[in-house]
Formats: sequence, structure tokens, C-alpha cells
Amino acid sequence: MTAAHDKKQKWGRGVINGVAAATMLYLFAPIVVIVVFSFNNPKGKFNIVWNGFTLKNWAHPFSQPELTDALVVSLKVAFISTLIATLLGTCIALALSRYKFKGSGAVNLFLVLPLTSPEVVLGSSLATLFLSRGVSFGMVTVIIAHVMFQVSFVAVTLRARIRGFDWSLEQAALDLGASPRRAFWKVTFPLILPGILAAALLSFALSIDDFIITFFNAGSLVTFPLQIFGASRVAIPAQINVLATMLLMGSISIMVGGLIIESRRNRLNNGSEAKG
Amino acid sequence: MSKPTKRFASRPEWVGLGVMVLLAVGVVALAAEWVTGATAIGLLAVLIVAVVAIIWTAIMGGLETRRALAPYGLLKPGILWLSLFFLAPLWAMFEMSLSSKKSRFDFFPKFSWDWSNYGKALTDFAPQFERSFIYAAIATLLTLIIGYPLAYVIAFRGGKYRTTLLGLVAVPFFTSYLIRTLAWQNLLADSGPFVSILKTVKLENVMEWLHIMDNGRLINTPAAVIGGLTYNFLPFMILPIYVSLEKIDVRLVDASMDLYTTATGAFRRVVLPLSMPGIFAGSLLVFIPAAGDFVNAKFLGSPETTMIGSSIQDQFLVQLNYPLAAAMSFVLMAVITASVLIYAKFMGTEDLA
Repeated sequence: MTAAHDKKQKWGRGVINGVAAATMLYLFAPIVVIVVFSFNNPKGKFNIVWNGFTLKNWAHPFSQPELTDALVVSLKVAFISTLIATLLGTCIALALSRYKFKGSGAVNLFLVLPLTSPEVVLGSSLATLFLSRGVSFGMVTVIIAHVMFQVSFVAVTLRARIRGFDWSLEQAALDLGASPRRAFWKVTFPLILPGILAAALLSFALSIDDFIITFFNAGSLVTFPLQIFGASRVAIPAQINVLATMLLMGSISIMVGGLIIESRRNRLNNGSEAKG
Repeated sequence: MSKPTKRFASRPEWVGLGVMVLLAVGVVALAAEWVTGATAIGLLAVLIVAVVAIIWTAIMGGLETRRALAPYGLLKPGILWLSLFFLAPLWAMFEMSLSSKKSRFDFFPKFSWDWSNYGKALTDFAPQFERSFIYAAIATLLTLIIGYPLAYVIAFRGGKYRTTLLGLVAVPFFTSYLIRTLAWQNLLADSGPFVSILKTVKLENVMEWLHIMDNGRLINTPAAVIGGLTYNFLPFMILPIYVSLEKIDVRLVDASMDLYTTATGAFRRVVLPLSMPGIFAGSLLVFIPAAGDFVNAKFLGSPETTMIGSSIQDQFLVQLNYPLAAAMSFVLMAVITASVLIYAKFMGTEDLA
């Protein structure tokens, strides 16, 4: 290979790295805006133009009662729907990865369908069903809607996570005289628990953030995204940015915490393997 | 044990599958009101009997029977939920799309094989449909162009920082979707940073020529909407591509280099074909939600950039014209399904799902 060729290759590498770095910046640009504007002192009702630094938004993060109430509603909905969806989704993922059975292909396809349908279709069709059966809209319908897309999500992500799981461990426990129930709860469950928690966390985030499907099925219930959407026409208070930054910090710390626990766990496992 | 029970128990997986399908169809039938009145009560009774029977079989049968029935037992709650709240709604919407109000005093539209809703959806909303698919297609292409290099760098040059970098890609998406889009409103606003930068470096004319700017504005243009879609769905492109790139054995690339191909050749003939599943999955994950989205069009666009999602929402929640909204949703779904099938054929993907 010639020197010129080498140089060209190095140059190409640099370009790709540069594009990747630029994409990272692009991903973070709005996040920087959100955090910076939480310190803005907006002139009118719209927190769009930079007008000077202040800490007062952070001093009174809950001064907008409608916003705080909406956030509480969202957290409530997300908590309940995640609980139901994680339970149902985990059962499906276990069935799909633990057993070979007739009809598993069809079940796989069925699970992917809600994830590959546009949200407007999911939201409007569910609302049509509720309407034509005279179901009144409210928290229950929103939770039902959220569970609907979360179940698929939990099942698909968890199945991917436990695809490489060594089921012979459970068999070993059975061979050693454990009852099937005991083998599951003492061996299998602790091992797939991190995967379940990760899927649950992500689907919790999906629920808090969902706007389109909720919009169709909420009735008079106001969730955090609905409140922002409704308010964005009349006022965009800086508290939105403060609460968003708080949510962001919360989820980042949960994620980092999870990563640290997992890497420590891996190190422990590797250590014991090396010793053994 | 009597003879029929024995035969029953010798094919437990068929029993399990049969009961699951029966329950799913039965639940849809009840929710979609295929059957009403006494028949519905009868069907409900049949379903309850089936559940009791399957539990009884599991208790009475041996370990083998229970093992064969277990997956269906685990699947049932979730599958029933999806049947009730995903399949039955689709049917309800189909019925609604063929309904009409008989007279002006009818509170609720009645099913009447009224195909005119579809005609209306296709003629009155043709521009919105067209716009949605064009915007979504461009956004998909853009996410591929800017997402691929990042996925590539993380997968092949990330080293031990891979997980961290991948986490960083996900971080922006832990803030609310609406707030992120509002932040783009700040960034693209007339008094925002991008406009002033473009004005300082005098690139406005180029931007106008590229149709990115319109009369000196970045916001409320088609470009802003497409940019918002691109931004909001970018991770759905990056993550699947990363997953498929990560699986590639680096020795294959080395081997192709040993066989005297250039770096470009190695990429084109080895890496790119092996990352096709990721590109395929990513394109679907971006295109489908982007085509139905209306948040970006609402926050970053103008009335001239309305997308079909927005029109459906308007017909449903504001005009209360449920049949038309249902017909529009169905057309949207049909076009998306068709384009996915064509795309799958075009990509020649048998083993992708």
C-alpha cells in the first residue's frame, strides 16, 4: 500500500468520526436548550426568547399547579400501566423463549403488529371502540391504551434480552430435586430480573411520554404531555423546562445506576469464574 | 381415566392452542359485537367453560400435559388484552369507516356500507396524505444518512465506551417528546441561533435556493417539519443499525482486505450487506411513526405543512366526523402496509423478521 493510499484512508476515517460527532451534537442540541431555558427569565408568557439568567424557576418548580397535577396524573398512569404490562409482557416473553410450541410464529407476528402501526391508528381505533360501546373516557381508558402498546414492547424487548438464557440451569435445579415452582423463583427469575426491570423502565418512560394515543382516549383527563400541548398555545412557562430537566436527571441517574450495578455484577461473576 | 380424556391429553398442545384461539376470537366477537343478546351470553358461557376445562386438564393431566399447556397459559392474558384492545378496535374502526348518519338528528353514525367516506378521505385529503408520505420518506432517508456513521463509529471504534456512547444516544429521548420539539421551536425561531448564524455567514440565499429557508424563516417551513421528524426518530434508526453492525465478525473485514479490496470495497461488499437487516428494521421504525405523526407539523410547521395524522385527529376530536376519521386511518394503514411489503420485497429480505 502506498503512502497516498494510507493518507486517504486516514482522511476518510476522520470524516466519518467527524460526522458521528456532529450527529451526537445534533442529538443534544435541544437538550441543551431545554436545560438552559430552565434558567431563563422570560419576558411574556412564552419561554422562547432568552431574556436573562434567573434561579427563580428552580426555586419554585411546582408553582404551576396545572402542570404539577398533570405530572402526578402521568406518573400514576405510568405506574399502574407499567405494572400490568410488565406482568403480561413477561409472561409472553417467557412463553416465547422458554418453550417450543405450535403457533409461536403467529404470536410473534401478532406482537409486532401494534409496534408497527402508526399511533394515530392505534389511538383513534381504540377510541372508536370505546365510543361505540359507550365507555366513558378517563384514567381507565388511558391505562388500557398504554398497557396495549406497552405489552408488546415489554414482550419484544425482554424476549430479545433473554434469548441467550441458559435454560439448563433450571433443569439442573429440577434434577437436584427442586419443585418446578421453586426452580423458577430461585434460579430463573433472579437471573432474568434485570431484563424485566430494564423493559419495565423503558415502558414506563414510553407511558409518561405518550401523547398521540393518549390524546384520543383521555376525555377530560390531563396528562403531562397533554397539558404541555394544550398550554403551548397560550403560554409556555419556564417550569415546563424545570420539570423536564428533573425528569431527565431522574432517568439518567436510574440508567447510570443500572449500568453500574450490571457491570459490578458482571465483574463479580467473572471473578468467581476465574477463581473456580 | 376415560377414553376421550386420554385422547384429549395425548395432544395437549392442540388443546392449548385451540382454547387460546377460541378465547381470542371470542373476545373480539364480544367486543366488536359480532354477536349480541342471547348469543353473546351463550358465547361468554362457552368461553368460561373452555377456561375451566383447560385449567381442569392441566390439574388432572401429568407433568407432560402441564408442560405442553404452560406456554399457552402464559400467553393467554397478554394475547387476550391485545385481542380486546388492538384487534377489536380495528374491527370497530372498519365498521365505523362504512357508517353514516342517516339523518341530521342521529347522534351516532350507523353501519350502512357507506363507501363514500373512503372517497372523501382520498379526494379531500390527498395533499395531506401525499405530504405525510413524502415527509416521512425524506426523514427516513436523512436518519439513515446521519445515523449510519454514528452507529458505525460506536460499533467499530467505540471500544470499551460502546455502552456509554449508546446510552448517550438514548439520553435525549428521556425528555418529553413534546418538550424536545418545543426546544426545536426555540432553535429555529426567527430570533433563534440558527437564523442569526445563517445571516452572519450570509448563507440565506443558498438556504432559500435549497428550499430550506422561506422568506428568511426557518420555522414554519416543510424543512423544519422534516427536520423535526428526522430528529425525533433518529434513535430508532441508530439502534437497529448498531445491533446489526455489532454482530459483524471483524475478521470478515480483515479477510476482504487481505484479498486486496480497498476500505471502501470492504465496506460496500462486506459491512453494508451485513447491516441490511438493521437498515430495514430502522427504516420501518422511522417511516411508520413519522408518516402518522402530527406533533412536528403542528409545532414546527404551518397550515401548508399539515400532515394526515393532524387531519385524522381534527376529524375525530374536533369535527366529530368519526366515519371519515376511521376511513382516513384505514387508508393510512393500508398505504403503510403496502409500502412495507414492497420495501421488504425490494430489499429481498426473507430472514429479517
